[in-house]
Amino acid sequence: MSIAPKTCKEMPVTTLSIPTVGSMGKTGSWRTFRPVVDYSKCTRCTLCWIYCPDGAITRQEDDSPKIDYDYCKGCGICSNECPVKAITMEREGE
Amino acid sequence: MAGSIKELSKEEYLLKGHGACAGCSLAISLRLLFKALGNKIVMVVPACCTSVIPGPYPYTSLAVPVQNMLFEATGATASGVVAAFHRRGIKDVTVVGWAGDGGTVDIGIQALSGAAERGTDFIYICYDNEAYGNTGMQRSGATPYGAWTTTTPTGKKERKKDTPFIMAAHRIPYIATACSSYPIDFINKLRKAKEIEGTKYIHILAPCPTGWRYDTSKTVEIGRLAVQTGMWVLFEIENGKFKFNPPSNRLIDKAKRRPVKEYLTLQGRFRNLTEDDIERIQKWVDEDWERYCKLASNQYV
Ligand SMILES: Cc1ncc(C[n+]2csc(CCOP(=O)(O)OP(=O)(O)O)c2C)c(N)n1
Ligand code: SF4
Ligand code: SF4
Ligand code: SF4
Ligand SMILES: [Mg+2]
Repeated sequence: MSIAPKTCKEMPVTTLSIPTVGSMGKTGSWRTFRPVVDYSKCTRCTLCWIYCPDGAITRQEDDSPKIDYDYCKGCGICSNECPVKAITMEREGE
Repeated sequence: MAGSIKELSKEEYLLKGHGACAGCSLAISLRLLFKALGNKIVMVVPACCTSVIPGPYPYTSLAVPVQNMLFEATGATASGVVAAFHRRGIKDVTVVGWAGDGGTVDIGIQALSGAAERGTDFIYICYDNEAYGNTGMQRSGATPYGAWTTTTPTGKKERKKDTPFIMAAHRIPYIATACSSYPIDFINKLRKAKEIEGTKYIHILAPCPTGWRYDTSKTVEIGRLAVQTGMWVLFEIENGKFKFNPPSNRLIDKAKRRPVKEYLTLQGRFRNLTEDDIERIQKWVDEDWERYCKLASNQYV
């Protein structure tokens, strides 16, 4: 998605910013707890998708969630809102 | 109008890897704005958390045209953008002013009032995290009574301004309240506002884990509790006519509303409240509801 300039020649002449995934870097590194989906429990309600502040959840073909760990900040909203408790938060590095 | 979440577009115009704190409801609200209106919009954004979310130049996480503007100038800038589109005969772009509570109820209020008085054809959205967030949580005119901020270390002594009703005094065609915990309600209000000509004002409660001092996972829950306790009321004022929206319309009977204490005690910013304070807040909420109920039943207040 990124069309960000790589050299100063490619830089725009005005103070225009370029839409870029990861404008603040890989924000997944902010995370302490990692959301893990139990797909056998998931009812594909898409609530976790709509409530994720980071757009880190993709709604797949079958409406089940796919979490992008490069950018998920580990806020835990998806886990808190999942009606069937299909998402658990697990400490990183364990 | 959208009936369910599954009908919403999968397209994202708030790109991941943005600068909002973990668990930020303002970021949810931005995603919902784009789900409602798509990318045929121009946003005017003053200094606020939303001007931090894009990230550093030359990058931005907002994949729609955004005009960043001075803290006090959202309404005036939007008026200029609308006039430019009008002059060029461009009719299919929605202009959206998107500002924080500080930028709306305090410093931006005269520019907003001017735009409303001129009837500028745009949607103005105030996302209300009840403090000056990106400068480190100073109190604003929208900070509620009793809340801790860095400039009210023992709790704010004054009450929150009733900004939707300040806008109602401008007799604009559409005013609404919303909260990202109720996504379909917010999206439908945005889509309705888009179809109305003139100045439209939407005030959203924006739970903020960083400033309100609660766990990041509770953001949606806190917004829901604000509505269920009646501390935040979902309503519309369309051409002067007041109407409750679900689920607030089911809370007219006081017994159906949860005690405000349930909302307050979940948040660290209210930790200094005494029992007397909580009683006072409950009384104010009940009085506000009496006023709203009279408006809903068309009695002059
Ligand atoms: C005239 C002026 N005064 C002060 C500032 C510094 N300033 C930038 S953003 C901000 C607070 C914004 O608060 P709010 O509008 O509530 O948005 P939030 O940060 O909470 O999203 C302040 C004080 C400024 N940019 N311009
Ligand atoms: S933990 Fe937060 S950021 Fe990560 S996927 Fe869940 S809601 Fe999104
Ligand atoms: S909220 Fe839970 S049940 Fe719903 S889609 Fe997400 S994981 Fe599945
Ligand atoms: S301070 Fe609050 S509103 Fe601002 S980005 Fe952080 S969580 Fe969001
Ligand atoms: Mg604010």
